Amino acid sequence: MTRETKPDDLFISPEQSMQVYNAMQRGVSRREAMKVIGAAGVFAAAAGAFPSISSAWAANSENAPPQYGGRIRVAAHSTSTMDTLDPALGATAIDYARAYMFYNGLTQYDEDLIPQPCLAESFENTDNGSHWIFTLRQGVTFHDGKPLTSQDVIFSIMRHKDPATGSKVVSMVDQIESIRALDDQRVEFTLSSPNIELPSILAVSHLVIVADGTTDFSNGIGTGAFKCQEFTPGVRSVGVRNENYWRDGYPYLDAIEMVGISDEPSRVNALLSGDVHMVNNVSGNSAERMKTNDSYQVKATNSGNYTDLVMRFDQQPTSRPEFREAMKYLFDREQIKRVALRGYGEIANDQPIISSSPYYFDGLPQREYDPERAASLLAKAGLAGATVPIVASPAAASSEDMAVLLQQSAAQAGLNLNINRVPSDGYWSNHWMKHPLGFGNINPRPTANILLSQFFLSNAAWNEAGWHNEQFDQLVIASRSEPDEATRKQMYADMQTMIHEEGGIGIPVFLSDLEGYDARIGGMDRTVPLGSFMGYMFAEHIWWKG
Amino acid sequence: MRDSLFGLVLGRLASSLITLLLVSLVIFAITSLLPGDTAQQVLGQFATPEQVEALRTQLGLDQPPLLRYWQWLSGFATGDLGRSASNGMDVIQLVNDRLPNSLLLAAITTVISVPVALIMGIAAAMRRGGVLDRTLNLITLSMVAVPEFLVATLAVLIFAVQLGWLPALSYVSTVDSLGAFMKVYAMPVLTLCSVLIAQMARMTRAALIDQLDSAYIEMARLKGVPPMRRVLRHALPNAIGPIANAVALSLSYLLGGVIIVETIFNYPGIASLMVDAVSNRDLALVQACAMIFCGAYLLLVMLADLCAILSNPRLRNR
Repeated sequence: MTRETKPDDLFISPEQSMQVYNAMQRGVSRREAMKVIGAAGVFAAAAGAFPSISSAWAANSENAPPQYGGRIRVAAHSTSTMDTLDPALGATAIDYARAYMFYNGLTQYDEDLIPQPCLAESFENTDNGSHWIFTLRQGVTFHDGKPLTSQDVIFSIMRHKDPATGSKVVSMVDQIESIRALDDQRVEFTLSSPNIELPSILAVSHLVIVADGTTDFSNGIGTGAFKCQEFTPGVRSVGVRNENYWRDGYPYLDAIEMVGISDEPSRVNALLSGDVHMVNNVSGNSAERMKTNDSYQVKATNSGNYTDLVMRFDQQPTSRPEFREAMKYLFDREQIKRVALRGYGEIANDQPIISSSPYYFDGLPQREYDPERAASLLAKAGLAGATVPIVASPAAASSEDMAVLLQQSAAQAGLNLNINRVPSDGYWSNHWMKHPLGFGNINPRPTANILLSQFFLSNAAWNEAGWHNEQFDQLVIASRSEPDEATRKQMYADMQTMIHEEGGIGIPVFLSDLEGYDARIGGMDRTVPLGSFMGYMFAEHIWWKG
Repeated sequence: MRDSLFGLVLGRLASSLITLLLVSLVIFAITSLLPGDTAQQVLGQFATPEQVEALRTQLGLDQPPLLRYWQWLSGFATGDLGRSASNGMDVIQLVNDRLPNSLLLAAITTVISVPVALIMGIAAAMRRGGVLDRTLNLITLSMVAVPEFLVATLAVLIFAVQLGWLPALSYVSTVDSLGAFMKVYAMPVLTLCSVLIAQMARMTRAALIDQLDSAYIEMARLKGVPPMRRVLRHALPNAIGPIANAVALSLSYLLGGVIIVETIFNYPGIASLMVDAVSNRDLALVQACAMIFCGAYLLLVMLADLCAILSNPRLRNR
């Protein structure tokens, strides 16, 4: 929906774009800044000056300004006693959403995943990304009244480097060598190797800022828009409006209750009966069902989540390049999208970066379903008529359906795939990357570089296929310190070409995140392509029209 | 007679302790056999080996299994249930949060289902072969045959989604009046009752018919004892033993076996706590839940046996 509003944006005057720019400098996202102008446009219309702008905005901003007050209940797809308010341990959507509710990062993503100022009111790097200085916003306090200082930042980030913390983002903070307080409001990050994407990394939910020395996180004391009133792992949490929130005018809601309902039909039924107002991880079938009723809206976000076929380089028969290439030609991608995803997805081309990313390379020809070609490749690999096991599990979303479809298309090329279904319990530690042919599922990463570093670098712990390419490794590292945007894009294009041509993973489709919500919730046209719930950052941006 | 009864209870308690000990051993062994350990489960898909090692040391998973079992057992014996490995909270607190919910749901279901089931069973036995018996038979058989997830889902679709009378989820915390209480519990209790009533009613009918076929009832009938008195005064006391056993078995299911109802209605009970604990390999929590289920089961069975003994003069006066 975001993209559809773009044409109207062109009609703003230079003064207005300056207004937007200034507002964004103050930490307001672009969309919100545009709303400022929307209001200005109405005044202008009263004076008869800019009628076209005002009508465009009246039609576009959901006809009504945000309202204050109200309490909603949100149900996420997964909950257990493992739920945590320690941002470092966040593991599922409900944890991420709570982290952004109760805490803030130094930076935050906007709708194009560009890092914007948040707790840091500005940031700069001095030498292509080895040293970074973040200036903290003045007058920010934690929920318990303690003011935010440089020490909080140092503690919040450096604790991830201690293995005992059990942080989920160790690989991202490894490159941070040290953090130094220049004074009470300024900190300097020193990286082991330059990375111009540091501000993007610092916006992830795991790296939000907690108070110095915190050991007990169960009260969720942060600087966020909501204060934690109640938190019971596996049951629910209640966040109430933080009256002292540093961002003026936010949040809109008085309270948000978050629960987890792991059973998908129950989750959808709870929405349809009005017990909850927003749910994530809705199946394609349920989405069709919801669309028949005007009281509910379905939102599909393609944020780059993919389920991929992993073909190990260190095992037979997947070590043979012809076999790997043949498998990529055996995906009937249209069929997988239609059947396994009920149409809620995007055809992929064995390259892990989605088309909405600024680094997406569109010069690669789409690999089509071609059983003849696959058959000749298999014959070349000496595997015509072979029987190969393939491991699928509910843990890797839709992988079972994909395996069945792949089995049918492989039969066309004379290859017998034996589907070995394993339970999701323990899948990631015991099966993922352990079989010659199996499935993985990769959640969206905030930047292309993080994705490529974590899953394709030769020495990466989760180098799914065990693929080694020195040239690729050099490009990943070099792109981090490349200041020129065009050169960087070219580097990413080269890297995607390598993965597409010789990599050991096949990505047939990207899976859309589907969520359903009550039509009385306002502000839902904002999309952050990072996951459901507006990239988990919905809490302060939505309002209740009921 | 008091002494023998007292002795029986004592003996039962002693054997219960041994049973609990054996169960805890078996559960410890099985949990250790499950693929992946707590550290891997807690850290998830993207853990590094160093982190897994650090967490293992922190949780004491690097110690030999027997030592870990002994540590748990000695703690348990002194009333220390340990800490949950997955979120660091005390197990006793986690259980305290959930157990009252489960007990409340079980109590409401019991209060409704037991009288209804007994009345249905007795009525069917008295009118054996009649229209009433055949109707009840049809109803109870279909109730047994329909799985509870179907009952629950249909109830939600009809009463919550279509009619909007009842909430689709059971939130224990939002109850502030009797009306709200009844609304919240209506569907979970209905679902559980539909399964339990059918089972108990059929067992009651079978036990009673067994007695009604015996010679002394024939005698009572020949003497001219009216049917109602024949069933309630003569046959029923002799059928209490089997009925109590059937009721005990059904009720023990209410604590640990209601996972489907807890999942569909998002009811924060102890069964889902145990499922979480198993999937997180959270041993202390698994053991605590297992001990509760097992203890409740043993207690109910013992109560059923006591009922049988006290209701039977031959056993009572031995």
